[in-house]
Parts: sequence; structure tokens; C-alpha cells
Amino acid sequence: MPTAAHKKSKSSPRRRSEPELIFGDLWEFDPAPESADPKLQARYRLFIGGKFVAPKSGKYFPSFNPATAKPIAEIAMASPADVDAAYQAAAKAAPAWANLPGAERGKYLYRIARLLQDRAREFAVAETLDGGKPIKESRDFDVPVAAAHFFYHAGWADKLAYAFPGATPQPHGVVGQVIPWNFPLLMLAWKIAPAIATGNTVVLKPAETTSITALKFAEIVQEAGVPPGVINIVTGAGVTGAAVVNHPTAAKVAFTGSTDVGKLIMRSTAGTGKKLTLELGGKAANIVFEDAPLDQAVEGIVNGIFFNQGHVCCAGSRLLVQESIAEAVLKRLRNRVEVLRVGNPMDKNTDIGAINSKEQLDKIAGLVKAGQAEGAEMFQPKCKLPREGWFFKPTLFSGVEQSHRIVREEIFGPVLSILTFRTVSEAVEKANNTAYGLSAGVWTEKGSRILKMSTELKAGVIWANTYNKFDPTSPFGGYKESGFGREGGKQGLADYVKLT
Amino acid sequence: MPRLPISKTPKCYVGGKFIRSESARTFPLNDATGEFFAHMPQCTRKDVRNAVEVAAKAGGGWAGRSAYNRGQILYRLAEMLEPRTAELVNALTLGGATVAEAKKEVAATIDRIVHYAGWTDKFEQILGNVNPVALPHFNFTVTESMGVIGVVAPDEAPLLGLLTCILPAVTAGNSVVVITSETAPYPAIALGEMLATSDLPGGVVNLLSGFRKEMVPTFATHEHIRGIGGVVNAADRKALEIGGAESMKRVKVFNTADAIDWYAGEGPKASLYAIADFLEYKTTWHPVGA
Amino acid sequence: MNEIGNVDAVGVEERAAKYGTRSIKTASKVKGLKLAASMVDLTTLEGKDTPGKVRALCAKAVRPHDDLDCPPTGAVCVYPAMIKHARAALGDKSPVNIASVATAFPSGQVHLRTRLAEVKAAVADGADEIDMVINRGAFLSGEYNRMQDEIAAVAEACGEAVLKVILETSELETYDNIRAASFLAMRVIRQGDFIKTSTGKTSANATLANNQVMLDAIRDHYFETGMAIGMKPAGGIKSAKQALHFLVAVKETLGDAWLTNRRYRFGASSLLNDLLRQLVKMETGAYQAPYTFSEAAGAY
Repeated sequence: MPTAAHKKSKSSPRRRSEPELIFGDLWEFDPAPESADPKLQARYRLFIGGKFVAPKSGKYFPSFNPATAKPIAEIAMASPADVDAAYQAAAKAAPAWANLPGAERGKYLYRIARLLQDRAREFAVAETLDGGKPIKESRDFDVPVAAAHFFYHAGWADKLAYAFPGATPQPHGVVGQVIPWNFPLLMLAWKIAPAIATGNTVVLKPAETTSITALKFAEIVQEAGVPPGVINIVTGAGVTGAAVVNHPTAAKVAFTGSTDVGKLIMRSTAGTGKKLTLELGGKAANIVFEDAPLDQAVEGIVNGIFFNQGHVCCAGSRLLVQESIAEAVLKRLRNRVEVLRVGNPMDKNTDIGAINSKEQLDKIAGLVKAGQAEGAEMFQPKCKLPREGWFFKPTLFSGVEQSHRIVREEIFGPVLSILTFRTVSEAVEKANNTAYGLSAGVWTEKGSRILKMSTELKAGVIWANTYNKFDPTSPFGGYKESGFGREGGKQGLADYVKLT
Repeated sequence: MPRLPISKTPKCYVGGKFIRSESARTFPLNDATGEFFAHMPQCTRKDVRNAVEVAAKAGGGWAGRSAYNRGQILYRLAEMLEPRTAELVNALTLGGATVAEAKKEVAATIDRIVHYAGWTDKFEQILGNVNPVALPHFNFTVTESMGVIGVVAPDEAPLLGLLTCILPAVTAGNSVVVITSETAPYPAIALGEMLATSDLPGGVVNLLSGFRKEMVPTFATHEHIRGIGGVVNAADRKALEIGGAESMKRVKVFNTADAIDWYAGEGPKASLYAIADFLEYKTTWHPVGA
Repeated sequence: MNEIGNVDAVGVEERAAKYGTRSIKTASKVKGLKLAASMVDLTTLEGKDTPGKVRALCAKAVRPHDDLDCPPTGAVCVYPAMIKHARAALGDKSPVNIASVATAFPSGQVHLRTRLAEVKAAVADGADEIDMVINRGAFLSGEYNRMQDEIAAVAEACGEAVLKVILETSELETYDNIRAASFLAMRVIRQGDFIKTSTGKTSANATLANNQVMLDAIRDHYFETGMAIGMKPAGGIKSAKQALHFLVAVKETLGDAWLTNRRYRFGASSLLNDLLRQLVKMETGAYQAPYTFSEAAGAY
């Protein structure tokens, strides 16, 4: 049995034998792959008017497994004509769906929630295969929370009058929805559940790289017996998305994705009278005060930036640590990152899976290079990356300045920038010094300071002594250039109704 | 020999002070009979910029006051208007309203102020809530003001319409920069003089007379203006949404083309939701554990 | 006390739950099971213990299974009156240490001089390791110096014997208290000594969360002083799967240097048999019935 070895610390040459921990291979874990069948089809068509239909163009594009960089299925490329067909189906279904008693509408959502739970493992495997996120996350987070969203909103369908005192809520009609690739099924649930609960019908476009669970969801829509046309799913790339956003039938457009595309959408829908909700990018500050519970803060920092490979709009990508504890936090953080398991997303022990696409991997690598070039000090753990597929090591940058690109730009990857502060007002100023305002984290044991920080931080979600928590009952959405509108909770419901 | 009355140089109420346009430009305003009445300040994009500066400065203090205090201040505003009814009636008849119409509009305006004064310490209780999350956390959603709101006042009902557009944003704790009615700007001048005597902190309401075509483009692109309210035509709406996209402005406007009943109960929109238009929702999580 | 810091209860339980999702398979499972077996303090602490029971326990500790290549356990753990019988059974040069609960286990509610006399007698009888209980009353009433002085006195009375300081976490109630008590104890014990969760005699015992709080404290103390303190969760760890999750916590918090029975122990009685069951299953591929394994000790 080995004994404790005292390794010389590279970071602080002042002290000769600073105690270090050894995270070696004394007890290495064998592969523990999830083996459930994702029940994939070789080719996925569009889901329009309750039926799977071939795209009018006859064109398909491949969807890749990011862990192997190999194609796993073909996805239909919807042209504007296909999108138009989807809108026609949705418009046709809209009056009957809106006039259905709320209690009956709700039952369909309950059915969907149950069917998702029935097929949970199959969906989790499909999600991981197509998107690259660790099976642990798709199994324990994405799929169960997606089902929970339908369950939550199912109950609202016959209680809408209670949500809006003094007003009468009415559906908008047909809603066009475009979702991102980071939480494919969950974002679909966030979009579709409140829309149909309130009596709207939808045309939804999943992200180009992660269409599969949306089309598997279409199978559930059929199994649930949802009236044809209430939910339509069209797949494709930017052209398809633009057709969804710009179709004149859309009374409302809901988009989750990058701030750049969000701005494009706002411009292109300008003057059309379409109601708009946008859930866009972020560059959240995660602020750790010296009286914080350090180990839980470190865990929250890790969860904040490495959850889903950092492909999270609300990721805590800017760590602000009070100067007096910066060393201590950094040391614990390095040790924690050292034991993160990066690799095959299908392995039940994997903490950090594959980067969703080659394009995203290149973007992350580019920004990390910029960070190095700007003089920040980089730390990456010794972990080995798989030889094939798209992977990136969890990365910590210290010695970072507020003006650095890695501090200002959303990286959307497992890269953390670490800054320090001395006083409460400095922390607030640095945290708010961004055009984004989606989320923020605060770690302190002082109750009054938590409430003060929660008031001062200009962000839609504040995680105090925790990070990256989500729930269907909890509204999510941003301030400033992180977009507008909320998803989840009573407030999220409001964005899917007209109040008269 | 009849005494020669003193005529007033109309000034805009900005940052708690009375200003002429920084450009020193004016436009002549005639009364309903076509007689010259006064030279109105013709405010420019630079006046908008200056007004946004003072509005932003005043905003934090206004939002930070207790809801009770904001309610009292708005009620005090109603108290300031009521005894000045005659002056406001004159300001409205100048634009062509009959005395009866003007009296009705002033009364409705004062009542609307009182209505919103009562909301300041209540909207939070209806719009915010605790969320029963399925995790060992306490989770609550509260509202927060947006910051500086640009308001484009309607031409019709130049007093009632103006205040119906201002009040929700101000009740929500925002400060406003207003482009007043083009065709009937004088009631806003009179209102400014009454705001100055109310306890509303300077800079919370800023009233600019002038032309939409000169100021709306600045409303659209000024990053610090976080939301837009009021009444605009289709072209201006499009311009505001296109320009506002860059800074993700919340554009919550009525269309000129739609018939708006300013006298309807709480205005054209249920007042709670008119306030909600200029609020952000903030949700806070905290673990529950010993 | 102020510099010790605090623990967020929900956060540490969240962290602990993550260990529970680790899936240990095939060769790594065999290695983990054997490592866990080598860390067991095979325990019998019952009023009805007899020399015969202790002899059987010692035999099991030395050679846990007839056919398996399973290492001996770290120690046997017995009441002081049974030390002589254990020493007789194990002989002078055994791979298995004798641990004994002293200091008026489990309450500790006797005079200090009586507790110290008990420790000295236990060491004289041949105990290699002493498991003491802290003065919870002193801790909870804020008499931290008294609590520490008593631990220091016991450590001195131990002489060469290894000391394990039982915090009795269930009586401390909060994670903040567990962290604080860990530090107070570690500051007065010696390199190679242990801190331990529980006596096994109260309603709540070792959990992944209180184990984590103590591992974090050990790490922080190590960073501060360079002194490596051991850890012993005790009570309630009955299944091999549980034990593996505790080991994952050690691996990911303190690293390889603590994956040894000189720095990590399980206070357990029935755990060993489940480790053996799983080892046989790994070897034969067939699930095992409990009755094929010799009864090791009473409930702990």
C-alpha cells in the first residue's frame, strides 16, 4: 500500500514541501457503459399533422455521435415549403385545440409526461448518443425533468384563470419555436408544454445537430393520441429555422439560443406584431465570499461550469472569489477538477462528455487560445481524452482580467475564468459588468448579504449557496441581452397567453 | 387700460429642472383657433441622451424607496393636480377640447393616478410568488424594475393618455423619458410644473416635447433605455423593434391604428399587467438545511 | 473555531449522492472489494460477547474466506475485557490489529481518570488501537478546551497505540459541528491517528455525507499542517455497494494515499460477509446466498 508522498508544488515555489494530494491510478474504474437500446431509426422524417412525412425536397442530412464523430441517423431537411405545411397543419388544429376544455387538454399533457417516463432510459440513451452529454445527466436530469415539465403544465390547462387575476387568458394561436442543442429534449419540453397547455398549437424546430429525441418525442405524441397538427416538428438548419420564425401564421415566436441569433430574430419579426420570447446567452458570475462553505462552493463552481460540458447558457463561467480565500479555493478547485472523469458519454461514470459538434469544439479551442495569448494562467487536469470524437479538457484560467475575451464572451464550453474581488461593491460591479443578465451565483453564510446580493445582481436567476438548479415551477430567463420572457412557473405561462 | 398679461415660455421638465432644448430649437404652437400660443422646445436626440442620463441616476433611488413611500408620492401627485384642475383644463382646451371634455379628462387622469398609487405595494404580492420546487431548496420569484423606460405619448387624450402610459412604468419603479404629444404638447408642460411640486424625485419622469421622427430613432438604439412603452405607428414600431434588437429592448407599445379607449376602467390594459410589462422577474434559490 | 469554516447541508448531501451514482464494474470491483475487506475493523461489541465468539471473530479476520484470495481485515474491534482473548487467538505477530473501544464506550460519561485508566489497561492487555469517544457534552456546551484536553490525555495514554477519535456524529447533529469537532480532535492527535464517525450505538451512524465532511476536514488539516489523519466511518455500512461508494469518496477527496487500511477503516460487522459474497459472485458469476458465509459477529 502506498504512503502519502509530498510532492513539490509548482505553483508556489516559496514553500518546499507543500502537502499535495495524489490522484493516481491506484484504483481505476473499469468501463461501465449504459447498454439500453435507444431504438433509433436509420432515417427520420418530418412530423406534420400527426404523421411522419418525407421532406418535399427529398433531402436528408446526417446526425453525428459527437463521441465518435460518426453518423448515427439521417434527418430530414425541411424546406420553407415543408415549414409552410407544418404551419397549415398547426393552424388547422388550433381552433379545436383552443376550444377543448382545459381539463381535457391537460390530460394529453399528463399522457405525454407518463409516456416519457415509460421510455425514459431509451430517451436518455438516444439523447447521449446524439448530443454527447454524459448518460448520468440525460438519465438523471434531462429526461426526468422534461417529463416533469409536462406534468407541471398539464395541471395548469384547466386553471389558467387563477394564474391571471383580473384578466382573461387566451392562446395566441400558432407558435413557432426554435430550440438549441444543449438540452434537446428538455428545451423541447420547456417550449411545448406551456404552449399546448395554454391552448396554442406549435411548429417546433430542434437544433440541426440534435434532432433525434425531438422525433422520438413525435412518436410519443402519436402514442398519446394528441390531435394531429397540435404539435409539428420540422428539422433542418438555419434556413428551416428562419422559415419557422418568419412564417406569417406564427402569432408568437419562442427561441432559445445565442444572443446573436436572438437579435436577428427580433429584427426579422420587427413590425409583424408577433409576440416574442427569447432566452439567449449568458456570462454568469459565480461569486464566492470568504465566509462561504468552501467545499460546497467548490462543488457549485464545478457544477456551474462543467455541467453538460459547459454547454449551458446560465453556466457560471466567471468565478469571482474574494481575495482572502482565492488561493484556498483555487487549490481545492484544481483537486476537484483532477478527479472529474472525461470521456465516453455512455459510460455511467463519465462526468464530462463530448463537445456537441466539431464547430463548437473549434470555437472553444479558439477562445482558450485567446485566453493563453492574453496572458491568463491555464490549468487542465492530467486526464486523457478519447482518441476519436470531440472532447475538451475541463479548463481553469486564473490571472484573468475583466477585459479579456474569455471573460467577456460566452464560450459555451468547459472553461472557467477566475477573477478576484475585495469588497461587496466590487463584486457587484464586476458581476454586472456585462451585457448579459441570465443568472448569477452567490456563496456566503451571511443571510442578509445573500438578500442584498440577490437584489443587486442584474440577472433573472440567482443561485445562492447552490448553482444550476432547475425546476418546472421555477421561472427561468434573463435580463438585458440574455433575452426576455420566462420559462417555467406562473411567469412562464404568461408568455403563452394574450390577456384580454 | 387692460393689463398686459405675462405669457409663459414653455419649458420641458427634465431631471427635476425646467429646460429648453440643448439645440435651442423651438417650434411654434398655436391654439385651437389658430392663434399663436408659444414656442415649444423642439427636443433632439441629445436631449434624449441627457434625459436618459438623469433618469438612470434617479432610477435606483426611486426603485429603492419602500413601496409604501412610492404609493404616498404618487397619491401626493394626485393631490397636486386636483387643485390645479382649472389650469389643466385650460391646457387641454388649448388643443381644441371643450371645457366639458377637458374636465372629464382631468378628472379621469387624477383618478388614474390614485389607482396606480394603490398598486405600488400590492403588485408584488400578485405577480411574485414562492415556487414549490422538487428539490431541497427555497425558491421565490420577485419583480424588479427594468431601469429607464422610453415612452412615446399618444396624440389624443394628451393628458390622460400621457399619464396612462407613464404610470405603469413609474409604479413599477422605473424612471421614464417621454416624447410628449406632437399635436398637443402643452398639457405635458403643465404636468411638468405639477410634477415639480410633487414629491416625485427629479429625474423619475422626464418630458420632452418635439417630434417623434427626431427622437424615436434614438429611443430605438439607446442601449440604456431598457423598455419602450406608449403608442406608435407601424413604421415607428418596426423601427423600435429593429433598433431595440441590438440591446434586447422590451418593446411593449400600443398601435396608433388600434382604437384605444383611454377612459376604460384602468386604461386600455388591465393595470396589473400594464405594470408587469415593465418589470423583470428574478428568481432566487437557496438550500434549506441546518 | 471561526477559521474552521462551515458546511452547507444540502450541498454536501448533493456531493455525497454523486458517489452513489458511481458504477464500479469487473476488475475494479474485485480490487475495490478486496481493498474494502482489508479496511474492515471486524467488530463485536455486545454484552453477550464471550471468549469463544472473539476467537471465531479473530479467525475470520485473519482468513476471511477459505477459497478466495482475500486479504485479512485491518483489525478486530472488541470491548476491553475481550482484548486478552483476541491477543491469545491472534498471537503476537498478526497482520490483524486489535482495536478496542475504551473511555467508557459508548457514552464516555465517567471520570477522566477512569477513562484514562481504561485506556492504559487496554494497551497493557495488547490493544494496538484505541477507539475513544469524545466528550460530546463538553463540545455542545462550548467547552472546546476541555474536550481537546481530554483527547490529548487519551492520546498520551495510548503510547504507541493508534488512536481513533469517535465524534458520535448523530449526537453532534449538524455538519458544522462535525467539521468543528473533527478539527478540534485532529489538532491534538498524532500522524497516523484516526477520526471516526460513530459508536454504532445510536440511531444514526456513518453516512456518505458525514464521511465527506470528515474527509474534507482531514484534507484541510493535511494542507494546513502536512499531518495525515485517518478516517473510520462506523455503523450502518452493511453492503459491499455502500462500502465501494465510501471508497470512491476517499479516492476522489483524499486520493490514492488514503486508499490503505493505515488511513481508512470501516467499523462494521456484517459488511465483511457481503464483500465476500460479492467476491465469490465475481469469481463464479453466480449470486450467493448469505448462509454459505460464516457468521462473523453480531449486529453493529
